[in-house]
Amino acid sequence: MSEKVLSRASGKRDASAGEIVLAEVDLLMLHEITGPLAIRAFEEMGFERVWDPSKVVVVFDHNVPPSDISSASMMREMRAFVKAKGLTNFFEIGRGGIAHQLMAERGMSAPGRLIVGADSHTCTAGGLGAFGVGVGSTEAAAVLGTGKLWFRVPETFRVIVSNKLIEPSSPKDLILEIIGEIGMEGAIYKAIEYCGEGIRAMSLDGRLTLANMSIEMSAKTGIVEPDGKVASYIRERTGMEVELIRSDEDAEFEETFEFDASRTEPMVAIPPRIDDVKPARELGGVEIDQAFLGSCTNGRLEDLKAAARLLKSRKVSPRVRMVVTPASMEIYREAMREGLLDIFVEAGAIVCPPSCGPCLGMSQGVLGPEEVCVSSTNRNFVGRMGHRSSKVYLASPATVAASAIAGRITDPRDIA
Amino acid sequence: MSALRGRIIKYPDNVNTDDIIPARYLSSMDMDMVAGHAFEDYDPGFMEKIRERDIIVAGKNFGCGSSREHAVIVLKKVGIKAIIAESFARIFFRNSINQGLLVLQLDGSSEPFEDGDGVRIDLGRAVVENETKSTIHRLKPFPQFLMPILNEGGLVPYLKKRRSWEFR
Repeated sequence: MSEKVLSRASGKRDASAGEIVLAEVDLLMLHEITGPLAIRAFEEMGFERVWDPSKVVVVFDHNVPPSDISSASMMREMRAFVKAKGLTNFFEIGRGGIAHQLMAERGMSAPGRLIVGADSHTCTAGGLGAFGVGVGSTEAAAVLGTGKLWFRVPETFRVIVSNKLIEPSSPKDLILEIIGEIGMEGAIYKAIEYCGEGIRAMSLDGRLTLANMSIEMSAKTGIVEPDGKVASYIRERTGMEVELIRSDEDAEFEETFEFDASRTEPMVAIPPRIDDVKPARELGGVEIDQAFLGSCTNGRLEDLKAAARLLKSRKVSPRVRMVVTPASMEIYREAMREGLLDIFVEAGAIVCPPSCGPCLGMSQGVLGPEEVCVSSTNRNFVGRMGHRSSKVYLASPATVAASAIAGRITDPRDIA
Repeated sequence: MSALRGRIIKYPDNVNTDDIIPARYLSSMDMDMVAGHAFEDYDPGFMEKIRERDIIVAGKNFGCGSSREHAVIVLKKVGIKAIIAESFARIFFRNSINQGLLVLQLDGSSEPFEDGDGVRIDLGRAVVENETKSTIHRLKPFPQFLMPILNEGGLVPYLKKRRSWEFR
């Protein structure tokens, strides 16, 4: 798939793994943290015009609404740039959400597209079959000015998933299991392709979760083989028919990994390593201070529903605070209509607006010294959500909810 | 830039960009202030060490995690001249070249060095010499197509001069 996308985007007939190509980017994303550096680099490079104002997505999602003057100033700088350059895809606070989710909802992350974003989780777009890669701010500036970027065509790891997940096991549990197997440095520079019956049976929400966490194995990107579900989703949202770009039958893969989804249990990644993964049942003794449900990994409707099923008619443990942030305003509204937000609030959780804030210890759920959080996010690095002595255990939305109820890490199957 | 010498700060595998600069400082554009917090959580002694040392030697997957280019900018600001590692995470590797920071790959990089060793990097011969231990190690060749960007001092000066990419 990677070779096909990069061949098309670079105008080469047949780019193959290892080759360096200069490719035309279909979409560039900037947010308010990495964006201002990109704008400054763009100006220093001496560019005046943005290559294509309709192909740049500007989103505020990391610290929203801004919690300090400095953040507010950076947003102000971004708004001025959006206006001056006539950028047409700007999502103000309250009208968008977390970039990766927003781009999926708007049908921007479509199969075969080459999407570059100044955020490492741009690979989330692979959930819908796009080729999404994260870059730094200077490269984002180069794309703003030229519309192009160099790529090394990656080798591909194939992950074949047989059988279906059995609830309450979820795509998050599966990707944690996959990361545990491949390792956090196991896929440096590779593209990971996910396919098989277990993937076809999965909702698009779940596929976005798989693609999202591919970067945690240091992969260049993760792509879920697109199918009819993706085509109808894009059609519903944009009216466009998309071509489903897939690997050929005889495509070569550097390595192939096989997983049986029916055997996947609720899993937890133990800090500070993403690949230190164990079944939730083995961690039952770990007491928690905070439970976080949200982020570009697991703040989607399916995730909120999974948590709400457990929290309905139950309470969050008195010694735990639970923070819920839907990943986008669309999800927020839908969760409101379906009564999910009511269930969370009734259970004693606080519902925050869409934001990346808690995931990286920036706002709306920062941890103090020694505090422990079970989180539906993607990273459990030292100090990721706050103080360096705090700890983040990564888990599925159902496990987060079950743990919030019990006050300690809990397999959702063990909630009576 | 054919040879450079320095004393090393040694790190293990999988040092991530949150380790290099925690997110709580990213809501500022004052990079001098931000640089003052490099490795604050991960290695609280870093700012002391950096007074007399300027080359990082690490293990696998250096710079994994977040795409934040701030990580490279702060390392340059505090005076890091080069990073040698067994492997780099791809976004960090690219960011380093784009900021004109030398990133070199060395198989088995964790073995031949100890924290504080003096090293001499000879780019012409693609070797690094551990001057403290009198051993010589062969670096992986630096990708030739990236040399023009590195030689210009980064992607900003490269594009400022050319206004477009010079790739095939």
